[in-house]
Amino acid sequence: MYAALWRALPGPVWARLLLCLVLVAAVLFALVTWVFPFVDSFFTPQEVTVGQ
Amino acid sequence: MTDSVARATAPGALRPRRRRATVTGVLGELLITAGVLVFLFVGWQVWLNDIVVAAEQTRAAAELAQQWESGAEAPAEADAEPPAAGAPVVLPEPDPGATFANLIVPRLGAEYRRPIAEGTGHSVLSDRAAGVGHYVETQMPGAVGNFAIAAHRTTYGAPFHDVENLVVGDSIYVETADGWYRYVYRSTEYVRPAGVGVLAPVPQAGDVASTDRIITLTSCHPLFSAAERIISYGVFDTWYPRADGPPAEIAALVQTGA
Repeated sequence: MYAALWRALPGPVWARLLLCLVLVAAVLFALVTWVFPFVDSFFTPQEVTVGQ
Repeated sequence: MTDSVARATAPGALRPRRRRATVTGVLGELLITAGVLVFLFVGWQVWLNDIVVAAEQTRAAAELAQQWESGAEAPAEADAEPPAAGAPVVLPEPDPGATFANLIVPRLGAEYRRPIAEGTGHSVLSDRAAGVGHYVETQMPGAVGNFAIAAHRTTYGAPFHDVENLVVGDSIYVETADGWYRYVYRSTEYVRPAGVGVLAPVPQAGDVASTDRIITLTSCHPLFSAAERIISYGVFDTWYPRADGPPAEIAALVQTGA
C-alpha cells in the first residue's frame, strides 16, 4: 500500500521524500482539526465532580 | 558480467524487487496505521489539545476581565441592598452556562486565569471559553457558605492539574465584574466520587448553619483516573472592590492581561 504510494509519486527520491512529508503534514492537520475532535465527542470525559 | 546479464534476462527481473501487494500485506499496513493513529489521538488528547484549550481558556478569561474593566458589562448590583463596608458584593445566581467570574491562582502559574461558568456539566468543563464550573446548589463567591467549583485535572485545558501543589496560605482569587475576592488555601482532602458532603455550606458538616465563607475546589484523583476526588478548601480573606484596583499580588497579571 505505502510502496504503491511511493511508486505513484513523481520525481527523484528527494522530491518524493518532500512530497511524503507534505502529505504527512496534511494528514496530521486534518486529524487534529477535524477527526480527533469528532472522535473525542464519543468519549465520556473523566468525572471531576462529586455527586451521583 | 555474465552474472548480471543472466539476472537481467531472468524471467520477472524486468522490474527487480517489485512484489505484488498481498491481502495480508495491505491488512498489516492498515493495522500498523491504525495503531499509530490511536497513539496520535492519545497524544493529542492529553497533551496537544490540552495546551491549545488551556491557552484559549486563558484568553477567554482575559477578554472577560477586559469587558469588566472597560465597564461594558455594568457591575451587577446586589438587589438594592448595599453591602456593609468591607463586606464583599455577592452576585445574583447567573444563568446556566454563563461565565460570571475568573479564577486566579498565582501558585498555579503567573499567567493562570480561567473563566468560571455556572453549572458543572460537560459543556462547561470542556468549554474552550470556560473550564471551571460552579456547582449550582452552592453559594456564590463572597457569600456566607460554600462557593464550590469543579474543573478537569487532565485534558480539556486541565485547569486543576496542579491543584495538589497548593501550599497553606496560598491566595485563590475570584475575579468578577465587581472586584476580587481573595480566599486563602487551607487544606486538601480526598473523598470518594459520591462525597457530596464537601459541597455543604460547612463542608462535611451537614446542615450546620454557616458563618464562614469557604471556597471548595473539586477535581479527579489520581491523575488520569476518576477513582477519587481531590478537594481543596480555602477561606475568604479580603474583598477588593474593582474601583480600588486589583490586589498587589495579581496586579501584573490583571493589568497586562486586560
